[in-house]
Amino acid sequence: MSEWRFWLKEQRGTLAAVGIFLLMFTIYVSNHPAGLTANVVQTASNKGVLLAFVAMAQTLVVITAGIDLSVGMIFILTNALASWLVIGSPLETSFGVVAVLAAGLACGALNGLIVIYGRLQPIVATIATGAVFFGIALLLRPFPGGSVNEDLADMMTGKIFGVVPSSLVALVAIILVVWVPFSRSVIGRAAYATGSSEIAAYMSSLPIRRAKFTAYLLSGLLAATGGLFLTFFTYTGEAALASGNAYTLFSIASVVLGGVSLFGGRGTAIGAVFGALAFRTIGDLLFVFDFDPLWQPLFQGVVLLVAVSLGAFGLFRVRNRLEWFG
Amino acid sequence: MKDATPEQPLSRLPKFPRQLDPAISTAFACIIVLLILGSLYSASFLSPEYLLQQLKVASFLGVIATGMMMVILLGQIDLSIPWSVAVGGMMACAAAAYGPVGETLAIPFGVACGMVIGFANGIGVAYLRIPSMIITLATNAVAQGLMVVYTGGFSPQDSATVTMRYLATGFLVPGVPNAVLIWAIVGAIAIFVLTRTTFGRSLYGIGNQERAAYLSGINTRRIVLIAFVSCGALSAFGGTLLAGYASKAAQSMGDSYLLPSIAAVVLGGTSILGGRGSYLGTIAGVILITLLQSILSVMQMPEAGRQITYGLVIIVMLLLYGRGPANR
Repeated sequence: MSEWRFWLKEQRGTLAAVGIFLLMFTIYVSNHPAGLTANVVQTASNKGVLLAFVAMAQTLVVITAGIDLSVGMIFILTNALASWLVIGSPLETSFGVVAVLAAGLACGALNGLIVIYGRLQPIVATIATGAVFFGIALLLRPFPGGSVNEDLADMMTGKIFGVVPSSLVALVAIILVVWVPFSRSVIGRAAYATGSSEIAAYMSSLPIRRAKFTAYLLSGLLAATGGLFLTFFTYTGEAALASGNAYTLFSIASVVLGGVSLFGGRGTAIGAVFGALAFRTIGDLLFVFDFDPLWQPLFQGVVLLVAVSLGAFGLFRVRNRLEWFG
Repeated sequence: MKDATPEQPLSRLPKFPRQLDPAISTAFACIIVLLILGSLYSASFLSPEYLLQQLKVASFLGVIATGMMMVILLGQIDLSIPWSVAVGGMMACAAAAYGPVGETLAIPFGVACGMVIGFANGIGVAYLRIPSMIITLATNAVAQGLMVVYTGGFSPQDSATVTMRYLATGFLVPGVPNAVLIWAIVGAIAIFVLTRTTFGRSLYGIGNQERAAYLSGINTRRIVLIAFVSCGALSAFGGTLLAGYASKAAQSMGDSYLLPSIAAVVLGGTSILGGRGSYLGTIAGVILITLLQSILSVMQMPEAGRQITYGLVIIVMLLLYGRGPANR
C-alpha cells in the first residue's frame, strides 16, 4: 500500500466526521429560510464552537483511555468566574482572561493528580471533582448574573470583515496553538500509546504520567476556553447544573461521532470538533423542519444512543469469543 | 488490592474482626463520629425519633444503592440512575390516573418501566460490549427526552396513590416506618442473593475477571443483563417510594441520587473495579451518606457547600482505600 492509503486508514474516523458534518450542514442550509448567508453561518458557528471546545477537552482525556465527566462542570465554573473577572479596562480584562484560563488549568491539574497519583478510576474521580467544581461555581454565582467586557465579547462573537465568524477563527487558532503541537510532540505520541496499551507504553519507557497529566491539564484549559466563550455569548454567568451535565454528555456524543475511540489511543481532536459541529447541526435541523422543541432532548438522546451503538459493529470482526471480554 | 497480610498471625484472632473489611469498619467509625459531632451541635440529634427519621430517609437511598451495588460488583457503573428513579415515580403516578386497575398496577408499572431502561443498558453492555458509563448516559438522555415529551415540559400534576404513600410513610409495625421495613426486606434478599446463590457468586466472578468466569461455564452476558435489569427495577422502585414520600412525582426527583448512590456503595468498601464488596458495607455507606446530608442541612450549609463536601468526602475516602494497583 502506498503512503496515502495508510494516512486514509488512520484518519477514517475524522474524515467520516467531516463528511457527516458537511452533509448535515448542507441539509440545514438548503432548508433554512435565509439560505447560506454570513449571519446564518455566524449563528451556527457561535453555537457549535462552545461544544467544540468542550469536545476537544474530552478528546484529550479519552485518547489516554480515561474519561472526564467533569468537563461540563469546569465549563460552568469558568463561566461563573469569567462573569466576575472579565470586565473593566483592557488591562483588567486581559488579567481576567488569564485568570479564568489558569482556573481551568488548575481544575485539569487536580483531575490529573487524583487520577494519576491517587490511582483512582477516572469515572468516579471526575464525578466527584465535578461536584466540587459545581459547588464552587454555585458559591461564585448563587443566582445568574454578572457581566462581561462587552467590547471584547462582541469582537469574539461578531464577524471579521463582515464575513468570517470570529468565533470560528478563535476555534481554529486554539486548534493550532493547543492541539497541533500536542499531537506532534513526544508527550502527545505517549498519550496515544498510553491509551492504546498502557503496559506496552510502560515497557517502552514512554513518559506515561507526564502524558496523562498534560492531557488532563490541557483538557481543563480547553474547557475553560469554552466557559470563556459561553460568557461572551450570554454576557452573564450562571451555575446551571443541567447545562453542565448536558455539556458533559454532548461532549461524549461529539467525541464518538468524531471517530475517537472511547477505549483510547485512536482519533483526533479535529474529528471531535467536527463531531461537535455535526451534533449541534443535528439539533438545529429540528428547528428548520419545524419540529416541536419538546422533542429536542429525546432526539439528541436517540442520536447519542445510535452513535454509541455504532461501536458495536466491531463485534462482527471478532473471531474468538474471548475477545468480547477485552 | 490483594490482602497482603500473612494469614498466620490473623488466624489467632476471633473470626469476627478477621472478616471485617477495613473499609466497613472505617465507615462505621465515621458514622459514630458523625453522630457524636451531631449531638454536640444539637441535643435532639440522638433522640430515637430523629434517628428513625434518618433511617427512613436512608431507606430510599438504600433501595437504589442495592441495585447500584450489583452493577458495581460487575465492574460496571449505571449512570442512568437519575432518570430511572424519575421514570419509576412518574410512570407509577401516571398509571394511577387510569381508574382502580391503574391504581393497583401503579407500582408494578413504574418498576416495569425501570426494567425497560435497565434492559436497554444490559443489552448494550453485555451483548453490544459498549462501555457501561457511555450506554447508561445515553439511555439516561433518552429516558429524559421521553419524559420531557410526555409531560410537555411541565411537572405532571399526577399525585401518588394511597398504596405508594402507605409504603413510604405508613407504619405496618408500630414504631418502624414501612420504608425501613422495605429496605430491610430488599437488603435481606440482596444478602441472600449475593452470598447464597449462583447468580450472586457469578456477579463476584465476573467482576474479578469476566474471561475466567466465561471459561468456567457461566453465561456471563445473561448475568450482566439480569444485573442491569435489577438495577433499573430497584431504582424505579426507589422512585415510586420517593413519589409516595413526597406525594407526587417530579422530573428532577432522581437528580440528587446518582452521586450519593455511587458514594454509598464505594464508601462501603465495594471496589469500583468490581468483584469485591459486601452488602454490610453498602448499609454502612448509605447510613453514612444520609447522616452527612442530614448534618449539613441541620448546619444550614448552602447547596454549594454540600456539593463541595460531598465531592471532597468521596475523593478522600477513595484515596484511603479505593486506589487501583500500581503500574509496576
